Amino acid sequence: MAAPLNSSATATVVARANALFEDLSFTSARQWKAAKPGRKVIGYMPIYVPREIIHAADMLPLGIVGGGDQLEVIHGDAYYQSYICRIPRSTIELGVSGRLDFVDGMLFPSICDVIRNLSGMWKLMFPNVYSRYFDVPQNYQDDTGGNFYINELTELRHDLGKLRGQPITDDEIRRSIAAYNENRKLVRDLYAFRAEQPWQAPAAEVYLVVRAGLVLPVEDHSAMIRDYLAAVQAEERPKRDNCRIVLTGTFCEQPPLNLIKSLELSGCYVVDDDLLLVTRWLIGDVSADGDPLQNLSLAFLHHSESTAAKYEPNQKEKGQHLVRAVKRSGAEGVIFAAPSFCDPALLERPMLQHVLKSAGIPYIAFKYAENSGQMQPIREQAGTFADSIKLWSAA
Amino acid sequence: MNTATKIITSRAPAKEIVKDASMLKQKEMMAAHYDRLTSAPDTGAKVAATFVPGNLNELIMCFDLVNNLPEVNAIQNGLRRVSGSYVLEAEKIGHSEDVCTYVKSDIGMMAKGNIAPNGKKFPDPDVLLLSYTGCFTFMKWFELLREQYKCETVMLHTPYMGDGKITKNMVDYMVKQLKDDVIPTLERVSGVKFDIDRLREYLKKSTKAEDDLVRVLQSAKTKPSPIDAYFGGIYYIGPIFGAFRGTEDAIDYYRFLREEIEDRLAKGQGPVTPDGDMGKERYRLVVEGPPNYTSFRQFWKMFYDEGAVVVASSYTKVGGVYDFGFRHDPDKPLETLAEYCLGVYTNRSLPMRIDMLVSYINDYEADGLLINSIKSCNSFSAGQLLMMREVEKRTGKPAAFVESDLVDPRYFSAANIKNRLESYFQMIDQKRASAAAAA
Repeated sequence: MAAPLNSSATATVVARANALFEDLSFTSARQWKAAKPGRKVIGYMPIYVPREIIHAADMLPLGIVGGGDQLEVIHGDAYYQSYICRIPRSTIELGVSGRLDFVDGMLFPSICDVIRNLSGMWKLMFPNVYSRYFDVPQNYQDDTGGNFYINELTELRHDLGKLRGQPITDDEIRRSIAAYNENRKLVRDLYAFRAEQPWQAPAAEVYLVVRAGLVLPVEDHSAMIRDYLAAVQAEERPKRDNCRIVLTGTFCEQPPLNLIKSLELSGCYVVDDDLLLVTRWLIGDVSADGDPLQNLSLAFLHHSESTAAKYEPNQKEKGQHLVRAVKRSGAEGVIFAAPSFCDPALLERPMLQHVLKSAGIPYIAFKYAENSGQMQPIREQAGTFADSIKLWSAA
Repeated sequence: MNTATKIITSRAPAKEIVKDASMLKQKEMMAAHYDRLTSAPDTGAKVAATFVPGNLNELIMCFDLVNNLPEVNAIQNGLRRVSGSYVLEAEKIGHSEDVCTYVKSDIGMMAKGNIAPNGKKFPDPDVLLLSYTGCFTFMKWFELLREQYKCETVMLHTPYMGDGKITKNMVDYMVKQLKDDVIPTLERVSGVKFDIDRLREYLKKSTKAEDDLVRVLQSAKTKPSPIDAYFGGIYYIGPIFGAFRGTEDAIDYYRFLREEIEDRLAKGQGPVTPDGDMGKERYRLVVEGPPNYTSFRQFWKMFYDEGAVVVASSYTKVGGVYDFGFRHDPDKPLETLAEYCLGVYTNRSLPMRIDMLVSYINDYEADGLLINSIKSCNSFSAGQLLMMREVEKRTGKPAAFVESDLVDPRYFSAANIKNRLESYFQMIDQKRASAAAAA
């Protein structure tokens, strides 16, 4: 088969995204900081922080999602028992090995007890770094959870303004909201494109392009998504006889890139997932008019993704986001992939499986760690799942 | 007053287990509570399931609801050595081997008939009061129970003290949830109108029991300590962390307990253990983390056989931290409930927890810190290795680390734990010898 006309354009974008992914020294973020005196970088962990406020302070939000499978964890293991997931130990490793020595602040969102406690560890281990546990409401009423959240946002805004040496204005936040609205729209476009033509936008490529958004300034990342979409839309790529699946449970510790590749190699097109949720946590645009903190709060309360770290007050709604994701993306099944010892994902899983069973949606489940090396069992399981879906569909 | 009694348990007929009179009194209270709970379908009482940390017992009583605490049920199942089969049952129906065994014990118990310690069936709860305090798993646990019971569920979200302080925003948020969600839901479920003066009365009673509990816990500052503040402490916290805070029963129990301990103190006696009075106090320890319940007595014996007494523990603060001054305040009833929830041990940041442990080691003149790290409980366990180093650094006292689980018998390795404890005691001896030589 002849090489696609635009393959070099795609390859260029993917190669850049891959280089950013593999760079455990965060060179691009360091360069961004060094380019202008006084610039600051604020790290954040999964699942969600309002990056708009960091951006509004002229700072770079830097997503830290562990060390992946290329980081040798030497010091980090000394801080955790064997029964605790891998992301906090590799994050500690990034910290103590100096890879985050340019980071001026760290935000630890409310996701689970491990990340919560890591916020206190960071305060002790890196006392000169601004460190904050970023709490979010589990009550979704405007005048209860909403007020609490607006006050939390106000504190964050105040702290970052102090760190910058100048308060953050409403207009600055509004401009940042607009920049992130554009970015979220592009990520949604990318996901929609992949759901429609998954052979054109393989899951591993989409992952790399989206993940670049954790280290690039939002404007650069939006440009990268545009370039990627233009390149892959201009290409013709071979279509495989794969089944279509939604990947879920991967919202915190990231699976190795090889795992994502393995799913497609074994016959499963990933047409939706919960990887790197921060990039599309808020569904739809946040209003850029009026009170910006209130707008961020309303978006969080009423237009944000469902995931295991959130309380679902309505039993009838429990797990329906997954059913909707299956329908929206035209998926034929769900793969539950959870990091070992991940409380949110693993406690949530049986409830979601019950919902899928009621909806007649097939699923499989396995666990991974960010440094899992053996993909053969996963390939076999995913391959069998794909075959069973195909046979099922044929029947 | 000190009426340590020998009783013969049904489980170990050949072995005499010695219990304090206060333990027997508590046993009667617990039995009465379980009877009240299991007879709810006959009496028409409504049942609220809720959690120990952030336990709003005074509020629950305002609605004549009977309190059912799933963690306490799991503990009972652990002590009775039936939790192992429940955990396996839960794993068989799809719950991960990696998650909390309290949850799996509870779910397995439901799958196997939901039988209470009195041999009767637990009633289905009328409401799940999800006090989401200090533990992420609570949130998922009650979502799992809601799926099963299909009953009304109301959440009280307690923000985490990440920066080591309680802010007005946190208290306002919690009071608003109480006013707008929790109280109206409990009114609806129970059919009883909320009376804030009734809540104030219960809170006044809580304060009295809290005063006596603190005096009991602080008696361990004396040498020898008249109590074991971990293994014995678990008995002491039972009523106040459970269904009795705010009741006359709790006031009576804690007065009785205080008098019992004061009597031991006056006589210069050490703690009562299951094998009788403890021998000479040789080591004074502070313990961080929950105990193992499936081998509770075996674990305790490893301590008292060596003359080791626990003078302070963090686990006995998981349902409320009272020994640094907090008391429920009837003059601000809803705010005080919020502050209580915010202040429980596992809702405190790691630096706060370290400060507490350091203060215990210094104030109780302990020889060191022992951490029992629990596989099930990330809320406690994540970060404990750093805590250990920090406490060692700040106190100069040695620390040790053992691992087990709450109610999963597969994770209690007696030989390993015993070895580590023996090495630890040797380390303390050596440290003392070095200090003596240097003096």
